[in-house]
Parts: sequence; C-alpha cells; structure tokens
Amino acid sequence: MVTAIQQTLSEPDTPMRLLIIEDDRESADYLVKAFREVGHVADLASDGEEGLALADSGDYDVLVIDRMLPKRDGLSVIGTLREKGNRTPALILSALGQVDDRIKGLRAGGDDYLPKPYAFAELLARVEVLSRRHGGPAEETSYKVGDLELDRLSHRVVRGTEELTLQPREFRLLEYLMKHAGQVVTRTMLLENVWDYHFDPQTNVIDVHISRLRSKIDKGFERPLLHTIRGAGYMIRDGIR
Amino acid sequence: MTAFGKLFRTTAFRLTLVYLFLFALFAASLLAYFAWNTHRLITDQITTTVDAEIGEIDDIYTRRGLRGLVFTIENRALRPGANLYLVTTPAGQAVAGNIGALAPGVMAKNGWSETFYERLDDGGQRDHRALVRVSELSGGFRLLIGRDLAERRRLFGVVANAARWSVLIVIVLGLGGGVFVARRVLRRIDAMTGTTRRIMAGDLTGRLPVGRSGDELDRLAENLNAMLERIEALMTGLKEVSDNIAHDLKTPLTRLRNRAEQALATAGSEAEYRAALERTIEESDGLIRTFNALLMIARAESGQARDNMVDFDAAEIANGIHELYEPLAEDSGLTLQVKAVPTPLHGNRELISQALANLVENAIKYGQPAPTLQPLGADAVPGAAAVGDAASENDKVILIEARRDGDQVLLSVTDHGPGIPEADRTHAVQRFARLEASRTQPGSGLGLSLASAVATLHGGDLRLTDAQPGLRATLAIPARAGDARAVPTANSE
Repeated sequence: MVTAIQQTLSEPDTPMRLLIIEDDRESADYLVKAFREVGHVADLASDGEEGLALADSGDYDVLVIDRMLPKRDGLSVIGTLREKGNRTPALILSALGQVDDRIKGLRAGGDDYLPKPYAFAELLARVEVLSRRHGGPAEETSYKVGDLELDRLSHRVVRGTEELTLQPREFRLLEYLMKHAGQVVTRTMLLENVWDYHFDPQTNVIDVHISRLRSKIDKGFERPLLHTIRGAGYMIRDGIR
Repeated sequence: MTAFGKLFRTTAFRLTLVYLFLFALFAASLLAYFAWNTHRLITDQITTTVDAEIGEIDDIYTRRGLRGLVFTIENRALRPGANLYLVTTPAGQAVAGNIGALAPGVMAKNGWSETFYERLDDGGQRDHRALVRVSELSGGFRLLIGRDLAERRRLFGVVANAARWSVLIVIVLGLGGGVFVARRVLRRIDAMTGTTRRIMAGDLTGRLPVGRSGDELDRLAENLNAMLERIEALMTGLKEVSDNIAHDLKTPLTRLRNRAEQALATAGSEAEYRAALERTIEESDGLIRTFNALLMIARAESGQARDNMVDFDAAEIANGIHELYEPLAEDSGLTLQVKAVPTPLHGNRELISQALANLVENAIKYGQPAPTLQPLGADAVPGAAAVGDAASENDKVILIEARRDGDQVLLSVTDHGPGIPEADRTHAVQRFARLEASRTQPGSGLGLSLASAVATLHGGDLRLTDAQPGLRATLAIPARAGDARAVPTANSE
C-alpha cells in the first residue's frame, strides 16, 4: 500500500518533520515507516509525557497524536502545548471517531481529526495540507495552476483566455483544490471543507461534483489539470512539473 | 439458612414481632387501668356506704342507747349479703354483729383497715378479707362496720384472667398471623427469586408471577416484568443486530480474503497484484463505512449525542443536502427539488443532516419510477407520447421538504419509485434490513436505521408513508428537541 501511494502521489517538494505520538507499537512503526517512504521525517513518542517533551523541544511541521495515550491523553498534550504558545499543527487520531469527539478534539486545540481506522492516503493528504498551512504564505487573493486562474475577490475563473462560469459551490470546490494545488485532497476533506459535513456518504456524491467541475475547467483543453488519484482523492496541478 | 431462620428474617415476621409486643403492652395497660379504676371505685363505694352507716348507727345509739344499737345491728347482720358488723364492750367483749373472729388489734384502733375475718355463720373459713372502719361510741363501746372484699377480688380475678387470656391470644394470633403473612410474602419472594435466577442464567423469557390483589408486590412484579420485557426486546434486537453484523460483515470479509488469496495464487504481474490490492482496499473501506454507520447508530441510540444540540434552521439543512445531492440525482436520471420554509429547530445539526442525506441517498438509489406501461403503438401517436413523457417527468422528481407542523418540524423526502409495501415498512427501518427488491443495489442497509435512530434521539420518529406512487420518508422532530427527554430505543419503533 505504501509503495502504491508513493508512486501515485507526488514526491513532496520539501520533506516534513513529523512527530507521531502513538502508544500502539505496531501502528506507530507502520506510520513512521510509511511517512519515511514518502520522503518525510518522522519521530516517535510512545506516551503523552514523552510526546509533550519532544513536541515542546523539537521543531516539527505537524504532530500526529493519538487521542488515548498512557500517562497523558492526547487532548491534554495539545492543550498544554497551546497554553505554552506552541502553534504546531496537530492532527488527532482517535478510535472514537464520532462527530462529538471530533468537536471536542478541535476545541482542545487540534487542527484536524481523523477517526481510526483510516487510510494512510487520507492521513498523508491531511498532514500535508496542515503542514502547508502552517509554513506557507497567508491566504492569497488569487490562485494560479497552469493556465487556470482563480480570483477570490472578483470570483472570476479564467482558463487561458476563456472565462469560465461556475456555480458558487463549484467555485468553492475549485478554490479549495487550487489552494492545495499539487497536494492530494481526499473526498472526506472536500466534504468537510467545502460542504462542512462530517459524515461518510454511502454514494459517490463528491465524484459527481468533481466530474461537473472537470467538465467545466478541463473539457476542450489539451492538458487536464484536475486529476483523480486512485485510492486517495483528487489533485489539481499542472500536468508538466 | 433453615426454613425457620428464613421465616424469622423476613421483614413481615419482624414487623409482626414488633406489633405483637406493642399490642400485648397495649392490652396489658388497658386492663391494668381497668383494674386500678375498678379497685378505686369499689373502695370508694365501700367507704361511702360504711361512713353513712356508721353515722346512722351512731345516731341510733345516741337516741336509743345500747339496746337500740344491739337490736339494729343484730337485725341488719342477719340480712343476706349484709355488711360486717361488730360491737364490743370497753373490755373488748363482742355484744352484737356477725363477725366470729378478727385479726388481732383491729378493734383497738379507730379508722380504716383491711383485715382477715371469720363470719359467725360459716364456721372456720378464715381467708375472708374485708375493708373495715372502727369507731368508738360514747361509753367505751366500739363499733366496726366493714364490707367483704370478695367482690373486689373476684373482679380482680376476672380482670387478671382477661389479661392473661388476651395477652395469650394476642401472642398466638400475632405469631400465627406473622408466620402466615411472612410465609405468604416469602413464598412470593421465593417465586420471584427463582424467576430472577432463571433469568440470570440466561432464560430471558421468564416472567414474575403477578397476583390479582394489585398490592405493592404485584405492582413491583408488574414493573419488573415490564422491565424484563424491555430487556428482552433489547437483547433480541442486539442479537439480531449481531447476527446481521456477523452476516453482513462476514460476506465482504470473505470476499476480501478470497480475493487476496486468489491474487497470491494466480496473479503474475505487478499490475495484477496492484489491482487486487486496490480492490482489497476498496472493500475494506466499505467495511469501515459500515462500521462507522453502526457506531453512529449506537451513539445516537445511547443518547450521548445529546450534548451537541444547537439552534439552526431546518430549511438550511434541506437546501444544503439538496445542493450536495442534486448532481448525483441528475446523473441517475432524477430531478432533486427542494421546498423549504425557514423552520427553526433545536437539535444535533450534524446528525440531522446525515439522516436527511441518508433519506435522499435512498430516494436516489431506490426511487426510480416504475416503467410506465405504454399502450401498444403509442409511439405512433405523437400527442400520446408527449403526455406519457410529461407524466414520467413528474415521476422522476425527488422532493425534499422542510416545514413546521404544530410543534413538530417535518423534514421529508418524497420519491415516486416503487415505494415500500406497508407490511415491510417496519422491517425496512431495522438495521441491515434490505428489502428483497434492493438486494442487488450497493449499500449497507443502515441508512433508514440511522435516520430512525436520529429521530428517536430527538424525541421524534421516522415515518414511512405512501406517496402514491412512491415513498415519503419523514423525520418528525419536536421543534424543541433538545429539551425532550426521550428514551432512545434500540429497536427503531
């Protein structure tokens, strides 16, 4: 699975430094290995206290924290870090995984929440988005991918010389994709960030929205920009890098 | 514990003992009071009559002298049931009266005393007691008038007897009653204990015996039976669910395993391995989705999600879900429409959205209109064809509605598909229930179940009605659902 993702996902431009705080040895080792294989650096802490100490001293791009940990639980680790002014983005992993737990997690200072069991592709996509948000520039007023341009102020989308007419929701979908251009965004990320729903649809409802958007921005153009990443999600990028 | 020990330990028996003691005490004090009062009354009566008679005799003596005195005394002493009389000379010699002998010294002092005496006429019986008053007449003569106390003693004896018997009867009846009541209670409790033991051992069909008296034990038994009924229903539900989980999860797990095994055995190229692995991941994603849905239902049913109740507009949810699913419906050849008026609602926004989304997904999946039977040759008549098309266009509409009806907020999804026959509607809401007609369609079979659990959580319900043709699924939720203290049920009712 790791190999498959490595080949389907883009190689990261800049490797991330991650701290994984997880007490289950096997999943922790799996995560460290999986992140390393896609080119990131991952450290491991196996309990809350150790995790807090490492997170506090090390310079990490993203923290991946299990909710239930020995010695100090995940939410408390994040809470303590935030009190100390440490703003390192944190993603909470939890076996609880319900809406209410997610809200609790985000209130405690977490930046994202992923219920177990999760697909590594989903975790990787979310971690990369978190990291970019952390280190990257502030929100821009316009995005550009290849010859596709989106102006957030005037709500105009232009491909080449042609102006495209998008529905408000299609605009927000494209905006989110372009904001994370070159990164994989998963279906659940889209559902959460564009629609603000936090459930698993049993149908391919997001795919239909994507294919509509694709027919508007890619149809009739030589180079496709909106790509489907099998087993993970979607990515907008200029075909030739 | 012996049977007697068990009996003795019953609350009923202990209470009986306490009451027994109290009643015996009550009877004894009642009789003591009676005896004491009788004693006083009799004494009073004696003193009054004796005092009067002494005055009278004294008067006679003064007027008629010793002769008159002796004559009167002798006269009175002979009357049946008479008082006791004795007149003595200053030397202590008896001159008149009906007393033969007296306790020594009685005649010597004036005033009242109690004494043994012997009557002249009944020879030798000395155990008589009397209350007597001695007074001195002029000339040194002494007069004794008294009254036998046999009456008083007899009365006393009657009272004492009454006391003995009543205490005995109280004890016997009390103990008997106590044992009877205790045994009765014990028998019923033992029956209950027996039943509960059986239930604990796993036989959930057992019920406590309920008598016809409607007493507290019967009411307790009735309530416990209602509780057992509920537990049994829950357990049956749980068992059904776990059976269904086992079945519905085992099938994809088996498929998953077979696929992996087959890939190992037959796949030659890397591409084939990759395809097999991708299918494996897809399959496990489906499993995870099913699990999540199950957890969500369990969560909604346990009432934990009640913490996140907020105020929002149901119309906003209807519009949001419409917006999300509209393209999907269109791809399926259906038209998704929304008719929503602003409807404030208090509840768990997330869960209600998901419930409505599930209903819409169901409508899209199963709401395809049944093929209309067109008369033969209809194609040849342009007008008829147009009418047919218009009708079927209308049938392809799925309508999301949000409105208020009295105290309830109604969120409904109406399709014009084949609908669900009335007999199947209850079944359709159950977990994993997939009606025969839809077995071929993908889906976990948890959609309606979750919607129903969400409605129950909010104190409302999920109604499936006939849309003629088609199905209308309505989430009916009290507008102030957050205040509702509805008991969530495991069986969607």
